[in-house]
Amino acid sequence: MTGSKIIIESLINEGVDTIFGYPGGAVLNIYDELLNYKDKIKHVLVRHEQGAAHAADGYARASGKVGVVLVTSGPGATNTITGIATANMDSVPMVIITGQVPTNLIGNDAFQEADTVGITRPCTKHNYLVKDIKDLARTIKEAFYIASTGRPGPVLIDIPKDITSSVYEFDYPETVQLHGYNPTYFGHHIQIAKLASEILKAKKPLLYIGGGVISSNASTELFELAELLDLPITSTLMGLGGFPSCHPLFFGMLGMHGTYPSNMAISNADFIVAVGARFDDRVTGKVEEFGKNAKFAHIDIDPSSIGKNVKIEIPVVGDVKSVLSSLLEVLHGRNEEISAAKYERLGWLEEINAWKYEHPLTYKMNDVIKPQYVIEKIYELTGGDAIIATEVGQSQMWTAQFYKFKNARTLLTSGGLGTMGFGFPAAIGAQIAHPDKIVFDIAGDGSIQMNIQELATAVQYNLPVKIAIINNNFLGMIRQWQELFYHKRYSFSEMNVNPDFVKLAEAYGAVGLRAKDPDDVVPVIEKALSIKKPVIMDFIVDREESVYPMVAPGSPITGMLLV
Amino acid sequence: MEKTHILSITVENESGVLTRVAGLFSARGFNIDSICVAKTLEKNESKMIIATSGDAQILEQIVKQLNRLINVIKVQEFTDDDSVLRQTVLVKVNADETTKGDIFRIKEIFNGRIIDVSRNHYTLEVTGSEKKIDSFIDILRPLGIKDIVKTGIIALASAKKII
Repeated sequence: MTGSKIIIESLINEGVDTIFGYPGGAVLNIYDELLNYKDKIKHVLVRHEQGAAHAADGYARASGKVGVVLVTSGPGATNTITGIATANMDSVPMVIITGQVPTNLIGNDAFQEADTVGITRPCTKHNYLVKDIKDLARTIKEAFYIASTGRPGPVLIDIPKDITSSVYEFDYPETVQLHGYNPTYFGHHIQIAKLASEILKAKKPLLYIGGGVISSNASTELFELAELLDLPITSTLMGLGGFPSCHPLFFGMLGMHGTYPSNMAISNADFIVAVGARFDDRVTGKVEEFGKNAKFAHIDIDPSSIGKNVKIEIPVVGDVKSVLSSLLEVLHGRNEEISAAKYERLGWLEEINAWKYEHPLTYKMNDVIKPQYVIEKIYELTGGDAIIATEVGQSQMWTAQFYKFKNARTLLTSGGLGTMGFGFPAAIGAQIAHPDKIVFDIAGDGSIQMNIQELATAVQYNLPVKIAIINNNFLGMIRQWQELFYHKRYSFSEMNVNPDFVKLAEAYGAVGLRAKDPDDVVPVIEKALSIKKPVIMDFIVDREESVYPMVAPGSPITGMLLV
Repeated sequence: MEKTHILSITVENESGVLTRVAGLFSARGFNIDSICVAKTLEKNESKMIIATSGDAQILEQIVKQLNRLINVIKVQEFTDDDSVLRQTVLVKVNADETTKGDIFRIKEIFNGRIIDVSRNHYTLEVTGSEKKIDSFIDILRPLGIKDIVKTGIIALASAKKII
C-alpha cells in the first residue's frame, strides 16, 4: 500500500470523516488518493490554510471529536501556525498533517521547504517528522491518541513527499506504547475525601469553572454537584456553557470583564474550587489579591496547571468528569451534613445575589444601535440554542456577557491566544459538524476582515453560517484601552476604510443585510435566520460604546470600572 | 530561595528531544546552567543531566513541565546528600621552570592528570565536585590560566539512598 493510502486508511481507522485542507506540491500524492475515498471522507477546501486550522478547531470544539487538517509544506504549513497555537492554548484536540519536501532534499533549502517540526514545536502538544514509511501508521495512531487524551491539544505530523509514494504493508496498530505519557484520569481518593469535607465545612464556597469542564464533558456532574450543595458558580470565558447561564446559582464570567457578583464573590469566598481552569492573568487580575480570603482546591488533568499561579491547598489531578463523579459518590448519603451546610450558606448566596442586583450587566439604550442589544436579540431569537463562534475583542466580551449559554460546546472562542480571525472559520467547522444547528459568528469589523476569504468556502459548501458584524469602524477594544489608558490617543485603531459588507457578501454569492437603526435589529436577525445561505449582518453600532465592567490589567479584580 | 538544582531526565532517544527540553526552558524563561546528554544502557533511552537554578516554586514548575513532554520518561532531582555529582575541567596553564613544581604539587593534591605538555604550557584534567573544581581553578589562577573548559555536571543516585 502506498504511504498516501496508509495515511487515509489510518484516518478512517480513527473514525475521521472530515478533513479541512488545501492542496500543494508536497501533498499531491495524498490528494490524488483522496479522490478514491470521496464517499468515506469529506474534504473541505478552504481559501487559506489558517482557515483550515481554525475550521478544524471549530469542528473539534463543537463536536468533541478530533479536528483534522491537511496542508502542504513550507507556506502551507506556516500559514496554519496561528490556528495551531490557538488550539494549543485552548487545549483543542487536532491532528495536522503537513507535507514536507522529499527526504533527500530536507535541509537543502528546497522549494517550499520549512522546518515545520521545528517551527511548530512550541505550539503543539507533540509533533513528528516521519522519516521512514515503516513508522507512518504507528505515528498517526500515536498522534490521535496524544491529541485526544489527557489535556487535549494539537499534534502535527510532517510527512515528506517520497514517504507518501513509497510502498509498505498496512498494519494499523491497536494500541500505543508511550513510556513518557500516562495521563492521570482518576483523582486520588484521599484528596477527593479532603475536598468533600472542606466543601461541606466552607461557609462561603465558590466554584470557579473553566474549559476543562467542557473538554471532559463534565456538565452533568457539575450540575449535580452545584445543586446538591447549593454552590455558587462563576466561569471563565472558556467555561461558558459548562453550566446553564440562567441558573440561579450562576453569576457569570469573572475576571477582567467579569460580572460584579462574580468578582466580589471571589474576593469574599473562604473556599474556592477551580474546576478545569488555569488561573489565567485575564481571570485573576493582580494574582496576590485573587481569592485572598480563600483556601483553594484545584481539579485538573494537567498537573503543571496546578500551583502554577496560585497556591493550592487541595490539588486533585484527574479528569474533571471522573473526579466530580467520585466526589459525588463520597458525598452520597451524607444528607444531614449536606442540609446543614446548605443552611449555613444561605447568607452567602444572599450576599452574592445582592451584588448581582447592585450592579447587573447593563447598558443604556438611545437612538443608535447598542452592541449589547444586538447580542441580546440574537440570544432571544435563537432561544439560546445556537452555536456561537466569536472573533476577539469587544464583540467577544459582549457575547460572553449578554448571550446566555445553556449548553456545553455552544461557545467557540479563542480564549488563550485571543486570535482575531478565528470565529468565522471556526463557525464553518461547527456548521459542518452540526449541519442542522444555527451557527453564528459574532464579529467586529476588524476581526472579520482577517479571514473574510472563507466566505467562498461557506458558499461553496452551502453552509448557512450567520455572521453578525458589530460594526463601529474601530478596533473597538483597542479604542477602549486607548481611551482609558492612553489619554484618548487613538493610534491606528480607527478603521477609516471598510468594505461595504453587504456588497461584499453579495460578491461572494452570500446574502448581505444591514441594520442602522435599533428598530432594524430584530427584523434583520429574523430575516437572516430564515435564509438557508451564509448571511452577513452589518450592524452599524454606537462607535463609542465600551465593555463594562472592566478591570485594568494588573489590578485586583474587585477594582472594577462600572458602567 | 534561589538555589542550584540538578535534574536527571530520562528521555526517549529520538531526534529533536534535546531541542524540546532546551526549548521548554527558554520558552518559559527558566535558566539552564549546564547540560549533559548521553545514551544509557537501555536501548532507545538517553539521560540528560541539567543544572538549573530557581526557587522551589520554579523547580516544581520545571519538573511538571518536563513531565508534560511526551518523550520525557522520568525526571529526578538530585542533591549533594543523595547523589554523587561530578564535573570535569581541562585547564591549560602557563608553565615555566619556576612554576612547574607548583603545578605538579597542585595536580597531586587534586588527584588530576597532566594530559598535554608543550614548552610553555601544561594542560591538566581534574574530575570532582563543583566545589573541588572551583578551588582547583582558584589555586591555578595566579600561575596564569591560558584556556579552560568545563563539562556540565553529571549525577547518579548514591548507594546510600538505595540501601
